[in-house]
Amino acid sequence: MYSFTHHAASSVADAVKSVGEGKYLAGGHTLIPTMKQRLAQPGHLVDLNKVAELKGISDNGSVLTIKAMSRHAEVASSDVVKKAIPGLAALAGGIGDPQVRHRGTIGGSVANNDPVADYPAACLALGATIVTDRRRIKADDFFQGLFTTALEDNELITAFEFPHADKFAYAKFRNPASLYALVGVAVAKRGSDVRVAVTGAGSDGVFRWTDAEAKLASNFSASALDGLKASASGLNGDIHGSAEYRAHLIGVMAKRAAAAA
Amino acid sequence: MTATGIGAPVRRKEDFRFITGAGRYVDDINRPGQAYAYFLRSPHAHATINKIDTTEAMKSPGVVAIFTGADIEADKVGGLICGWAIFNKDGSPMRAGAHPALAIGKVRYVGDHVAVVIADTLAQARDAAEKIDVDYGVLSAAADVTTARKAGAPTIHDVAPDNQVYDWHLGDKAATDAAFAAAKHVTKLDIVNNRLVPNPMEPRAAVGEYDIGSDSLTLYTTSQNPHVARLVLSAFIGLAPENKFRVIAPDVGGGFGSKIFIYAEETVCVWAARKVRRAVKWTSDRTEAFLSDAHGRDHVTHAELATDANGKITAVRVSTKANMGAYLSTFASSVPTYLYAPLLSGQYNIPAIYAEVEAVYTNTAPVDAYRGAGRPEATYVIERLVEVAARELNVDPAEFRRRNFVTAFPHQTPVIMAYDAGDYDASLTKAQQMHDVAGFAARKAASASKGKLRGLGYSAYIEACGIAPSAAVGSLGAGVGLWESAEVRVNPIGTVEILTGSHSHGQGHETTFAQLVSGRLGIPIENVSIVHGDTDKVQMGMGTYGSRSGAVGMSAIVKALDKIEAKAKKVAAHVLEAAEGDIEFKNGKFTVKGTDKEADFGSIALQAYIAHKFNGQELEPGLKESAFWDPTNFTFPAGVHICELEIDPATGVVTIDRWTAVDDFGNVINPMIVEGQVHGGIAQGVGQALFEGAVYDSDGQLITASFMDYTMPRAQDLPSYNVGMTITACPSNPLGIKGCGEAGAIASPPAVINAITNALGHENITMPATPEKVWKAAQASAQKMAAE
Ligand SMILES: Cc1cc2nc3c(=O)[nH]c(=O)nc-3n(C[C@H](O)[C@H](O)[C@H](O)COP(=O)(O)OP(=O)(O)OC[C@H]3O[C@@H](n4cnc5c(N)ncnc54)[C@H](O)[C@@H]3O)c2cc1C
Repeated sequence: MYSFTHHAASSVADAVKSVGEGKYLAGGHTLIPTMKQRLAQPGHLVDLNKVAELKGISDNGSVLTIKAMSRHAEVASSDVVKKAIPGLAALAGGIGDPQVRHRGTIGGSVANNDPVADYPAACLALGATIVTDRRRIKADDFFQGLFTTALEDNELITAFEFPHADKFAYAKFRNPASLYALVGVAVAKRGSDVRVAVTGAGSDGVFRWTDAEAKLASNFSASALDGLKASASGLNGDIHGSAEYRAHLIGVMAKRAAAAA
Repeated sequence: MTATGIGAPVRRKEDFRFITGAGRYVDDINRPGQAYAYFLRSPHAHATINKIDTTEAMKSPGVVAIFTGADIEADKVGGLICGWAIFNKDGSPMRAGAHPALAIGKVRYVGDHVAVVIADTLAQARDAAEKIDVDYGVLSAAADVTTARKAGAPTIHDVAPDNQVYDWHLGDKAATDAAFAAAKHVTKLDIVNNRLVPNPMEPRAAVGEYDIGSDSLTLYTTSQNPHVARLVLSAFIGLAPENKFRVIAPDVGGGFGSKIFIYAEETVCVWAARKVRRAVKWTSDRTEAFLSDAHGRDHVTHAELATDANGKITAVRVSTKANMGAYLSTFASSVPTYLYAPLLSGQYNIPAIYAEVEAVYTNTAPVDAYRGAGRPEATYVIERLVEVAARELNVDPAEFRRRNFVTAFPHQTPVIMAYDAGDYDASLTKAQQMHDVAGFAARKAASASKGKLRGLGYSAYIEACGIAPSAAVGSLGAGVGLWESAEVRVNPIGTVEILTGSHSHGQGHETTFAQLVSGRLGIPIENVSIVHGDTDKVQMGMGTYGSRSGAVGMSAIVKALDKIEAKAKKVAAHVLEAAEGDIEFKNGKFTVKGTDKEADFGSIALQAYIAHKFNGQELEPGLKESAFWDPTNFTFPAGVHICELEIDPATGVVTIDRWTAVDDFGNVINPMIVEGQVHGGIAQGVGQALFEGAVYDSDGQLITASFMDYTMPRAQDLPSYNVGMTITACPSNPLGIKGCGEAGAIASPPAVINAITNALGHENITMPATPEKVWKAAQASAQKMAAE
């Protein structure tokens, strides 16, 4: 790790004002390891952990709001989340291991847009709105490729708004080493609108599987996906799974998500 | 059996300190004025070093010194050694390339040591290392044995232009070929024994220190055998004479073999401490551990098994290519030879065996002993062969094994080993009962109704441990003897210190060794302390590996205790005013035959030291004895493991549902500790079978250099084990014990793979059997079945 300065922000305004060329520090579960490996060298860190405005989970009967600094374990165990969108609580409970879930935050995860992270699939399938210090961004516009998002320099995510769905579930096939998603599929149904979002597999990050959406829109059941194969082109291949295996798993996980939703 | 003697499940004495964080590991040791070492490592698998420019780096804040291989060479300090000479088929010696602690002229693997920076803080050392300018001439690399042996492959060491380290064989080739020619059936199998990274919980570390007043060195190091480290660093590398060199291996957090070896880092730390006149500390980070700890296994094998018309095995023929990595590590050469081929007879009566082994240099980290060392590789070969042969012959795999078991002892195999005692049928029968093999068909049907495939696999393993008779290993090329030493110091009021050359790094010696003494002397277990891991305290010893601490280390303690008892009886005879021949010792009491006179152990110890009751010229005061034990044979733990698992054919995910292990470890000192060793060993074996595998790309970059890519087994991946025992006492040591430290890791990989292939009806799959491989195999198998 190189040396850096540290500022514990007291508010959203303070954080945005003081970050400068530096970086926000949330749970630190991505940022700190990359700094320790000397792959990132921010000279200044603005710590979000003491910003009260960034904490809390609430629901107004149609929209679930999760503030950016909510830890995965908080989302997983929240009665509000379990009541509003139970599949989202389950997704959070399946992230990493207990240490990761008690440090990592939804804001950090989504800002980072790791192609193997879980939350991006939920954001995209549920049509979430990403609220920042300066604007509101639709999930459809937010994820722009590997570790790339619509966030501007210094833009701070403050909250996520998840509109309720009739059905939602996420099925994840873990990378056996890292426990991240080798393939994760989120399926959401809201009236006649069905969205299927795939994480882990795409070499360009999270994406929607429109073929499956069409099948499920006409018949929302696992069997509707029988015989449907995802294409392997544009998928990742590595020592944990070839593109072809990932394509196969997309089909299997989509069915499992549809069955569980 | 007493409450704390042999056979009692005594809780581990050492666990309080380990669990409460009161252990003292090398990284916990900080010496006054200590500086920190950071090793600049090669980013290339194979390159010449044209120039190293340290000018800018030397100006970096906090830098104390920067050294390269040239500095060590100028000090006339030698390179690292390989301590086991192997000879080629034609009798010529193996081709061992030089292994400088810091590279000279060339780097040979990613992680090879280019320079060391010593600075006031570790961060400063790292900062400075980034400013070292190395001019590399990148060469093409050979990252696997096949590439390295191809014509035109890059030469890694000039002494071995074609990268062949040796070309060795064992057994009677003519007899074996003849048996194959006459065979009714031949089973053939291509096997890869995957390369593993040891990953002990505590990474390696070293603190070197120089005392100017006594002109002596001290090295704190994460070692399984501190005396051997001192011997090598003194006598071969030439850092200081042994009397001016202290090596301390305090608490060590696991080793699995990887901490047997003498590495570059500790050599450099202790050498540099004298140069800079400050203590020098290095602690490996996890990435360095992946890159530079000696890896394990990595064999590519073609194996064949011949059977006659009665389904009896008549011969086994094996050809193995073993990856040695870029340099020969301390015991590397012995692992794919004498620790491997002599076990190819398994538990079976096999009249003819021939094995040839080619050891190959590659541009990868050195490969050496890892839990089981050679025996897991041999067991995997024979237990896969036997399983596949049984299936090909349409015989139940358990029956096929039974038909071929060795049943009479001693049994001389055609490959060196003389099995001394065992009852293989007893372990198999007991394992089948405990496992409820009879209920397998019903469980398989239940799985099938859920769309799952269920399989059952056996592994009937044998291993050779209690390593080892010195003269025997000497005749096979070992550079050292493999006896063990012990010293028993009885204090004046009867408490006892046992000084042992064995080293405990997780095995529980502080408990088991104390049990032996507590039971034998009839004293409370709290009154016995075990001292180990310090060359200034303990006389020469050989350390811990090869499941030798019980069979060899404790035997030395028994021998010393015999002497203690004999001496104490002499003292007791004076104290109790009786003839020495009339003194009996039992349950901690000396009695005089036929009288009610008695004295307890503590009072006799006191009398030995105050020496008032006997003539100090005729009987020496004091009560302290030492002994060396050199075994007369290897020991042969054996047993049967049964793995039963379920496969989800949609994803290829394997879930182990039951595991039964029945082991014959001879007599058992502490059944709870033994069971723990079995559990840990199985976890490691399951890790090898399903998850672990070090992967280098064709340029020699380690792809699996962190836990994000190298899969370790987790608790959730493992079932609750069913562990049982059968016992045949080992005849070659006084306690009748065989050793249990490696058995689980040796037994388990073939059990898993036999179970998977049983479930799939598919004859081969390579380890690690990842979900993708299993899924593909399941597809192929389903297609084959559909076609039939
Ligand atoms: C061993 C391990 C296993 C894991 N497994 C999984 C898994 O299975 N699934 C999964 O999805 N994730 C997994 N993760 C990732 C983890 O869940 C975290 O979500 C992730 O590390 C980022 O969150 P964080 O709070 O730690 O962010 P940090 O590491 O603190 O920050 C990450 C990045 O986001 C920026 N940032 C943080 N907060 C904000 C904000 N509010 N607005 C704008 N930018 C911000 C930071 O500046 C930084 O660039 C794993 C991590 C580890 C270490």
